[in-house]
Amino acid sequence: MLKNYFKIAIAVLKRRKFFTFISLFGISFTLTVLMLLTAFIDRVGNSNYPDKKRDRSLYILNMEMTGSKNGAMSKGPHSFYFLDHYAKSLKTPVKVAISSMFDFSSAYVNNKKVAISMKFTNADYWDVLDYDFLEGKPFGKQQIENAERVAVISEDTKNAYFGDAPSVVGKYIEVDNIKYRVSGVVKNVPITQLTMYGDMYLPYTVSKNNYTKDKGLNGNFSGILLAKSADDLPKMQKEYSDMVSRIKIPDKEFDHLYSFADTYFTSLIRIILGNGPESGISKMIIGLSIFVFLFMLLPTINLVNINITRIMERSSEIGVRKAFGASSQTLVYQFIVENIILTLLGGLIGVVLSVVVMQIINSSGLIANLNLSLNYMVLFCSLLACLVFGLLSGVYPAWRMSRLNVVNALKA
Amino acid sequence: MIKLQNIQKVYRTDTIETLALNGINLDVAKGEFLSIMGPSGCGKSTLLNIMGLLDEPSKGSISIAEQTTGRFNDKQLAKFRNQKLGFIFQSYHLIGDLQVIDNVELPLLYRDTNAKERRRLATEALEKVGLSNRLKHFPKQLSGGQRQRVAIARAIVGNPEIILADEPTGNLDSAMGNEIMDILLQLNRNDGTTIVMVTHDENMAQKTHRLVRLFDGSQVQ
Repeated sequence: MLKNYFKIAIAVLKRRKFFTFISLFGISFTLTVLMLLTAFIDRVGNSNYPDKKRDRSLYILNMEMTGSKNGAMSKGPHSFYFLDHYAKSLKTPVKVAISSMFDFSSAYVNNKKVAISMKFTNADYWDVLDYDFLEGKPFGKQQIENAERVAVISEDTKNAYFGDAPSVVGKYIEVDNIKYRVSGVVKNVPITQLTMYGDMYLPYTVSKNNYTKDKGLNGNFSGILLAKSADDLPKMQKEYSDMVSRIKIPDKEFDHLYSFADTYFTSLIRIILGNGPESGISKMIIGLSIFVFLFMLLPTINLVNINITRIMERSSEIGVRKAFGASSQTLVYQFIVENIILTLLGGLIGVVLSVVVMQIINSSGLIANLNLSLNYMVLFCSLLACLVFGLLSGVYPAWRMSRLNVVNALKA
Repeated sequence: MIKLQNIQKVYRTDTIETLALNGINLDVAKGEFLSIMGPSGCGKSTLLNIMGLLDEPSKGSISIAEQTTGRFNDKQLAKFRNQKLGFIFQSYHLIGDLQVIDNVELPLLYRDTNAKERRRLATEALEKVGLSNRLKHFPKQLSGGQRQRVAIARAIVGNPEIILADEPTGNLDSAMGNEIMDILLQLNRNDGTTIVMVTHDENMAQKTHRLVRLFDGSQVQ
């Protein structure tokens, strides 16, 4: 039976080549966009370099302070003081990584400007995260305390600044007229890893800002709490939220403080969609569903129309099939199968197109160190999208077809 | 085998009501070869469609193989048509995208017949109509007479008790028409298949057991 449906589906595709082109183009274009989106989300959400211990980490990214009387609101990263004083006082975490958001700076090589994103970290940062060191090592606690001007640089920075030099550990890199000794070179981190991306990592003590003196809660830092095991995460989360509820807000303007230690994905969503105690996950799911639905709606309607036109051309076949024993249900099934074959074919083209577009995006360097790729997750989502697409665009025409009166169908 | 009682068929539009069949009573015996004749528009094809459960009468009852079919739902109708009835149409109605063998297999797709068995039965049916050398051809590669023979093979592949033929020789020249008629007569004689045939051709009708004439939706003979 399926073989017969397959033969018919292929024959119908060959019959009206322009319709087939429009259908396949609509499907493959839609799927290409969806696959790129999935690959991007997958890269942001699932890429685990350099935070390979993500399963036992909680992320402290943004805080929010509100004043219920005056409607005041302040939102942004935490201060170094907040993380060092409060987060480090917790009992459950075995380590607390603290790092600044990256600052843009510049270095000059042969009068040519090299843009550098600088990031200031504490010593635990290098234990919590597992950067791949291509050479050298991270700076240690003692060097931080001594405010030594040492730096860990990325592979790209090494290439841009030092060119083909085989080893750069011990050499100096000058940024904003200050020379730093290179202590290590790490593999690049994609910019989508917002809290870990940087071209140059420095001890927080060498920053021009004196972080230790500022006792405010807002600042430019994020933290990662590392638990002993994944089982400790709920306990660590509770301990953190209990601690936050006890913090006295120094600024009289505000009376509520919201700060959360979240799992990686939730922490990212909270930055974009978080509002007070809400993490924004439900908003994201609803928003994404609406987007995907609307994005798929237009090509689906297009395909529905093309399918209806094609059905009318096949009314004689429908009449014959009914006369020889096909029930309406069997015909609906046949047409949906045919449509799924069409959408899978479109999906296949979509996969090829996606690979091509991903290669173009990766090699263009539009997004730093972003290496989009097709993986099982992306393929699975695409296959699912194909099936949903095939069903959505096939059900209504199939139902219309199955309702055709046999005698009229045979006369047409 | 087929029993029609007081069959009436009315076609209604917003403004006009047309009486296509009026009080038809007809019994077709098992193994009988019956032909229906009458001028164009007298209701011959409508009557055949009602006998084949492709259309519903406005009034009256139908009983086929001792089963009253009036209350059949879509699935039951489909199953009944598949097992008891075979159709031959004037314009063949072969599926152009499928090869001859696949066209003939069609009724068996809706039964629990495996692919190997389907192929065997379809090949046998094509042998019966003398087309075993055209299995892999497409309908458009065949002559009119050959296409109608494929249509006959499709009608008989499921071994139905009744074949309903709507002007099976209407699109063919007399030589080819005679060939087709011979095949139908053989089927009736050798296999005992009950055949009801609508025709315009008096000569063809004379070869059958009985002739029914319609005029303006009523039976006149």
